[in-house]
Formats: sequence, C-alpha cells, structure tokens
Amino acid sequence: MSHSAYQDVLVYVEQRDGHIQKVSLELISKGREIADQLGCRLVGAVLCKTLSSPAEELIHLGCDEVILVCNDILEPFTTEPYAKALTAIIDDRKPEIVLVGATTIGRDLAPRVSARVNTGLTADCTSLEVDLEARNLLMTRPAFGGNIMATIICPDHRPQMSTVRPGVMVMREIDETRIGTITPFEVAFNASDFNIEVLEVVKEDKKKANIEDASILISGGRGVGHPDNMRNLEVLAEQLGGTVSASRAVVDAGWVDRNHQVGQTGKTVRPDLYIACGISGAIQHLAGMEESEFIIAINKDETAPIFDAADLSIVGDVNKIIPELVKLLVNHKAE
Amino acid sequence: MKIIVCVKQVPDTNEVKLDPITGTLIRDGVPSIINPDDKAGLEAALVLKETMGAHVTVLTMGPPQADKALREALAMGADRAILLTDRRFAGADTWATSMTLAAAIRNIEFDLIIAGRQAIDGDTAQVGPQIAEKLNIPQVSYVDELTATETHITAKRIFEDGYHRIRVATPCLVTTLTEMNTPRYMSVGGIFDAYREKEVELWTMDNLEINPDHVGLKGSPTKVRKSYTKAPKAPGKKFNTDPESAAKLILNELKEKYIV
Repeated sequence: MSHSAYQDVLVYVEQRDGHIQKVSLELISKGREIADQLGCRLVGAVLCKTLSSPAEELIHLGCDEVILVCNDILEPFTTEPYAKALTAIIDDRKPEIVLVGATTIGRDLAPRVSARVNTGLTADCTSLEVDLEARNLLMTRPAFGGNIMATIICPDHRPQMSTVRPGVMVMREIDETRIGTITPFEVAFNASDFNIEVLEVVKEDKKKANIEDASILISGGRGVGHPDNMRNLEVLAEQLGGTVSASRAVVDAGWVDRNHQVGQTGKTVRPDLYIACGISGAIQHLAGMEESEFIIAINKDETAPIFDAADLSIVGDVNKIIPELVKLLVNHKAE
Repeated sequence: MKIIVCVKQVPDTNEVKLDPITGTLIRDGVPSIINPDDKAGLEAALVLKETMGAHVTVLTMGPPQADKALREALAMGADRAILLTDRRFAGADTWATSMTLAAAIRNIEFDLIIAGRQAIDGDTAQVGPQIAEKLNIPQVSYVDELTATETHITAKRIFEDGYHRIRVATPCLVTTLTEMNTPRYMSVGGIFDAYREKEVELWTMDNLEINPDHVGLKGSPTKVRKSYTKAPKAPGKKFNTDPESAAKLILNELKEKYIV
C-alpha cells in the first residue's frame, strides 16, 4: 500500500489504574506539533477498563479524536489484549506515525505491535522532528551507552513507530475550548488472548519513586563514600523540597533503590535544579541528567567529567559542604 | 525442559571513552562482554538446569568473534551453542534481527526462550518481544525472578510502580534484568570443556528458512540517517574553596535562581 493511504498521528495513551500517565500527555503535546507540521489529525488511543478522568482532557491538550477501548480484560495490563487492541486500531485507522511512551509497558507493547504490523520501531527516542518533503519522522535516540546520538528513519514502511523517553518532551498548555470527537472502539477479544495469568499485583510507593516528576533532585554518587552519608543528602532534599536520586554506582552498591537511578540504564530527568554530589559523571549518567535546567556539581576530583556538564562546579568534599549548606538554608529560612 | 538463551556480544560501554579532541568514540581496546541482561538470563537458565535438569542452548547472531561469548556461556555450563554468522545478516535492525533469530529458533526444540531485556550498546529492548511475536508465543518482559515446572513458568514482572507475579504456560519467552541474579564465573573444567570438548555450531542463512529480503540491512525497516557525538556544553563557573565559602556560593546561586 502506498504511503498516502496512511495519515494522522496516533498516540498510545497509557493509563495505569485508570490514570493517564504523564509521558502520554507529553506525547500528545509533541504529537500535536507534528500533526500541525504535516497538516494532519492527532488521534489518541486509550485502552482501559475504565478511565478515572474525562477523555475530553486529552482533546483540551491537543487531540482531534480520542479512540476509547474499554473492556474488563484490559485490567491489569497484559501484553496480548493490549497488542491486539492497538493493532486493531492501527489496521483500522492506518496512521502514518505511532508514538508510545518508553515505559515498562510501552517498551513491552510497542515491539510486539511493530512486529505484528510489520513495520520499524525506534526505541527510546529523545527528539522527534519531521522531514516534510518525504514525510519521514526523524527519530533521534542515544546509542552506545549515550556516547553517540543516532537519527533513525523508517522510509519505506508505514506506520513509523517510536517509543519516546518520559520527561523529554515539553507539555503544552491546556485549552478547554478545543473540541474533538470521542470514539468508542470495539475489539473482539477472545479466550486465547488470556495467554498469561496475573497471580498477584503489587503496587510500590510511587510518590517516593518518581524522580522524573521532581523539580529538584539531590543526587548522590560514589564520592558520598558511605551509605550513612546519604542522610546528608536527604536532609538537604527536605530543606529544598526536593527528592534524592543516585548514580548507578550507588544503586548497584544498594545504598539507594533502583527506582531512583538517573542515567542511561536508569531514568532521564530534567529538573529545575540538579545537585550532583560526589558523582564523577560517567557518560551514561550525563545522558540521563544533562538537560536539567541548572546543574550544580560537587566533587573532590577537579578533573571529574561532571564539571563539564555543570553550571556551577565546586571542587571539594561533599560530606563537608552539604552540612554547611543545610546550616545556611536553616538560617536563611529563620530570617 | 528445553531452554534457548539469546545472548549478544557487546562492547563494554562502561569502558568506552570519548576522544577529548575529536569528540569521537575510542573503540580500541574496549573489551567485548556478554551483554549483562543476557548473562543474567543465562544464569537463570543454568539454575533451572541444576534444579530440574533443563537443557540449555545459547544462541547468538554476530560476527565470527562472537564465538568467544558462546565459549564463555559453555564454560559457565550451557549444553549447546549456536552462532548465526553471515555477512548477509550485517546491519540488521531489531525487526530483521528478530526475524533471523526466530527463523533459527524454529530449527531448535524449546519450551522456554530467555533473552536479556536490552543490550547495553543499543538499549532498544525490542528484539525479545519481536521474537515472541514472530513465533506467536506469549512474552513476559522485565523479569526479576523466574521459576519453572515442566509445563509452566512463574515470573516476577517489574514495572516502574510495582510488580506482577505472572504464570504462563510454555512455550513462552521472557526477558531478564541484570539485577535478578549474580551470574556464576566460568569453572576451570568448564573452560577446558568449552574449548576442547564442546563445539560452537556455525549457522549461516543457508541453514534457515527465511526470505533473503528479510535479513540484514536490506531487510531492516529502520535506517540510520546520521549519527553524531553531542556538542559539548559551554563551561560553567568553577570554584575550589573551603566548605563554608562553597556553601555560600551555592546558596547565592539558589537565591539568584529564586529556588530559595
């Protein structure tokens, strides 16, 4: 089939327990921009048991249409029913672009669907642009542990599919006057779609885990020296209203939970303030935080690569400087 | 139970450095290793070999040098090793790679396929699920714990905000996380066997039933349009001073940015 048979941008809108995930709102924002450039529509696809907020909110953010598949089989998440439903929507609508959040759900679902519809998929993109002439999506992603960036295209297949890292696309303003349609969509699920059995669903404290949403991160590395010294970082985080995160070395050592890991194998963050404490700044770490608005680095080693990424570099002992800073902050608040 | 573990030989990206002058990758002298997520999957398979007598085949697609990764897997205790190597496979994206691996797997008896979640050189996490789709079997990705009976596996499947405990009938595919275990070292006897007693089977495209248009660069829907190293950022301010003054400098910056 020729490319012209494919039109519109489709965003897979991820929900968990009925709550739309932030990455999907970021993708709707980016998808709106792409759709405007291509002169096509933006369609959101929601697969859920029930949705806890009105689907209109997705229209206010930028969708022209929201396709809604509601079925009890869709809770909890299992791969096959979701893959079947998303494939059915793609087959029906023939979008030229499909965007999926690069979460542990999106990165399970998208490859399955791309193999089923026989098209290319580019993983974990950090930037999306459009080549208007060929209507190719330019999908840029870090590779080789963040050492190089590669721009990938999918020139001869449609749809062009991409998973996109949470936290890299900027959210649009909500416009409550925007209008669009909400389309219920039926998928013929059957017994064979239940090919795995979920024995137990366990939720862990999300608030504490979500370093991607924090606007201030106090991040610890090997240079903190001892797990007890992480307490200094927690106190500073309390003073600044921030959250503690960590480098891979600290997570591997078991001082901090893996949910708090920043970097290529952890999470990408772009807080307003990132204080790197005793982090040397391996390229894999930099890949996860260098887009932060303002970066302060404290490290004993004057040659630490983290200083190349920092706006303010302090050569010194983090275990002495942080307690001093906490003291100053306490005094500052008392004034 | 018959297990196939898909492994990839990768450069140890933790050892990769950038040339400070040209900004290009220094690849010379970077050691090749078994991808960590895959090695965890191999360890999980070897545990099942010990506990229930599973038979473990390791499978890789790569250049002839990937033989070393398979010998290491044999030395750790794998029973059989297959290297898919053919110039025509080169340049494959995840779609073509999974096509090729799935074609090879069709020639091997299996109950369970284990693949690492993602490789540290590409970080895509796509090949495992795409193999499962092409073989039309269920997948469980992001697996942190794995047990098995002759007919089912039970897995702890990790999400950002919790986990599921999942039971699935074989045949199926799981993708494993580095943090699930600590892989064993090769034993001395194992190394001896891997190089003297056991063999690495070499398969080319001629061993597979596959459309030649579906492999390698030609069979890949995605193409690299360009690649580049990131432009360095303009240097910030740097101070080397006593802790008290350093803390004051930080506080002043925070005030200037209206953070406090």
